[in-house]
Amino acid sequence: MATQLYYEDVEAGMDMPPLVKHPTTKQLVQWAGASGDYYELHYDKDFARAQGFPDVLVHGKLKFGLLGQLITDWIGEEGFLKKLGCSYRGTDHPGEDLVCKGKVTNKYVEDDQHLVECEIWVENGKGEKTTPGKATVILPSRG
Amino acid sequence: MTQEGSIITDEMKALIGVEGTPTVLEVEKGAIRMMAEAIGDPNPLWQDEDYAKKTKYGGIIAPPVFLCSPRAGIARGVQRKSPFLRALAGGDELEYLKPVKLGDTITAVSRVTEYSEREGKRGKMLFTIIETTFKNQRDEVIVIGRSTYISY
Repeated sequence: MATQLYYEDVEAGMDMPPLVKHPTTKQLVQWAGASGDYYELHYDKDFARAQGFPDVLVHGKLKFGLLGQLITDWIGEEGFLKKLGCSYRGTDHPGEDLVCKGKVTNKYVEDDQHLVECEIWVENGKGEKTTPGKATVILPSRG
Repeated sequence: MTQEGSIITDEMKALIGVEGTPTVLEVEKGAIRMMAEAIGDPNPLWQDEDYAKKTKYGGIIAPPVFLCSPRAGIARGVQRKSPFLRALAGGDELEYLKPVKLGDTITAVSRVTEYSEREGKRGKMLFTIIETTFKNQRDEVIVIGRSTYISY
């Protein structure tokens, strides 16, 4: 695992290391099985086309999961994810690169907790933010 | 009274706050592994018992997305109504109060908390917010989820 991140290490405006993913149809099927979401839109191309989409869609909640990994990779095992949210604004398809990115927007201490707020998002190959969101994490302090 | 031209009916409003059927999920190692593999997340905290034992959690925990799934009961078992047939997931927000640990038994209960309507490109759209409370076997609230569904 990477070195532990501390509250003192982060400042507003700082970028998180991006997480690059390349979802395949196989991964969507894995997610369907793991999550129990068997909606055909995510694995049946004919079904997706009949709905007006060029291909099957990456599940929104799978993208939530990718953003979750972005955060837990960044905060390390001593950090705690307090809140994670995202909007499924744009559709994504398998075979495209998805890049999860994040930026620190604020840091403060409240009730002895060292809190960091971040803007996070999933970006497609065209640089469009298909899944914007926010996260709040608690980081350890060097005190 | 239903507002003039509103798609949010009194019948829909009557469902606000009504708790749905609970979903009970046992947090098993295989289920966590399948989830981590589906995300492509190799973090040993989700899979390696020896590693996880040495952390502050004292054992394997589930990744953040674990409860954000139909299997875990997010936005499930709840009665909701919409005048439209087409539906999309609009977003999810999870607030984590305690970690989800291997061996926990989680009970999820959902309720509609809010409706709103907006004029979209293809006409009116209904936004429904469903809140899900996840409790562990000690009746502690560990996660609160807020999911938005769009129908049009």
